[in-house]
Amino acid sequence: MPTTYPEMYFPVIVQVVIAIAVAAGLIGISALLGKRAKSPLKDTPYESGMAPVGSAAERFSVKWYLVGMIFVLFDIEAVFLYPWAVVFRELKLFALGEMFVFVALVLVGYFYVWKKGALDWSQEKYPKDRGA
Amino acid sequence: MNFLLLTVIKAALVAFILLTALAYVQWLERKVLAHIQLRVGPRRVGPHGLLQPLADVVKLITKEDMIPSHVNKVFYLLAPFLAVMFALIPIAVIPFGTDITIGPIHTNMELADLNIGVLFILGITGMGVYGVALSGWASNNKYALLGGLRSSAQMISYELPMAMAIATPLLVLNTLSFRQLVNSQDGFILGFIPRWTIFQGPFPFLIVAFIIFMIAAFAETNRIPFDLPEAENELVAGFHTEYGSMKFAAFFMAEYCNMITVCCVATLLFLGGWHPIFPAEYGSRFIPSLIFVGAAAICFMHAANPSRRLDKFTLPVVGVVALGIAGIFMVPILATALLPIFWFSAKVIVILFVYIWVRGTLPRFRYDQLMRFAWTFLFPIAIINLFLVGLWVALT
Repeated sequence: MPTTYPEMYFPVIVQVVIAIAVAAGLIGISALLGKRAKSPLKDTPYESGMAPVGSAAERFSVKWYLVGMIFVLFDIEAVFLYPWAVVFRELKLFALGEMFVFVALVLVGYFYVWKKGALDWSQEKYPKDRGA
Repeated sequence: MNFLLLTVIKAALVAFILLTALAYVQWLERKVLAHIQLRVGPRRVGPHGLLQPLADVVKLITKEDMIPSHVNKVFYLLAPFLAVMFALIPIAVIPFGTDITIGPIHTNMELADLNIGVLFILGITGMGVYGVALSGWASNNKYALLGGLRSSAQMISYELPMAMAIATPLLVLNTLSFRQLVNSQDGFILGFIPRWTIFQGPFPFLIVAFIIFMIAAFAETNRIPFDLPEAENELVAGFHTEYGSMKFAAFFMAEYCNMITVCCVATLLFLGGWHPIFPAEYGSRFIPSLIFVGAAAICFMHAANPSRRLDKFTLPVVGVVALGIAGIFMVPILATALLPIFWFSAKVIVILFVYIWVRGTLPRFRYDQLMRFAWTFLFPIAIINLFLVGLWVALT
């Protein structure tokens, strides 16, 4: 039975090595065995048979960045929830109250972004505060 | 036996079983989906198409290995690599059953019993988003870029309700180790209701958490009804439009591997892991034997009037094998080792079947509906649910 930390995590390292080997093998093996036949048409980006117009490196919706940032905020909250859940039975109502205050503060921000329309992908532009 | 050697052997065994399971989950999906749509599915390669996965692998390996000149080569190759790697690692901390003793060897039925197993799984599966986002960006293709952006936004959005749903059973059971989680789901309420997490605590709340977890899991693994990244009628194939041969198969493998991981986590967190669905004194230990005897009976029945010529020979063989397995489960020493594995895999397979069933039944969401559903419905419900369970735990 594993008792020390290196022993506990050794199987994980073995699995990581296996995962890397399988992943590299998958990508390497078809490079070795597959045949090659280059042609200029095959080399163009696939757009359902239409000739591609412009580059794909266009600007994309700012909502994607917004969702990314909001996610980081709330995921931090979620990370705090795990240790809280593990010791919850010892602290009981005190822990519940503390976490409630914390989550309530985060939720204020949540309602703000909701009302701002950052969570609504069908909207073309924000309804309020367009100037500024 | 040497601990290190034992670990390497176990890891090799687990990897082998996992990769085989991946291939056959795909076969199962094609078969079940076909029968839902009144087709027969793959049946040319091997009896009932059972060798189809093998044929697919051979086909994909020998396909042309195209690297288009318009892609960013490093990230283009890195993306499928990351996707497969992060999909294969989580299996290291998933326990499949109780300890077993074979002669002088005594070992756990898992690779690593981490005291932070749940966190480890969340962390590693969260990294999977890199494979998708990078492949979409590096392909330098409009469809791929849109698919990658959609997918990464979707995956991070559904991660929040999922994290909340996972925290709910942790509130009741107070541990992050999968083995302890399952051990505290042992026993029965009133003698016959299993003490699985979904039946513990205040009545409907943990079932709600389970449902939220499953919905988020569907979205995390990019499955119908949340398979927007590969919505083929809008985006061709989404983030893997520009990938071919085994690089395409790598994304496929990663998706199925994530599905299996999620099913295992759902089983361990909510459905009692390897504990039987009803007490052994009412005969739950005979269930596996009964199932295999039933399977054997069906095989013999079909062998009597075969639909294909080969069935006359193959089906009796399968039937005898099934009877043999049924016999193995009746031997007391073997049964104690095998029963937990049986119950665990049975639950995982049932959830996998639900996955496929849903794919055969539901249409796809629209993208803004999908995001609104995650942020303005699932997330608040998950938080409220979590606090109600917390209140109940604090007051009892």
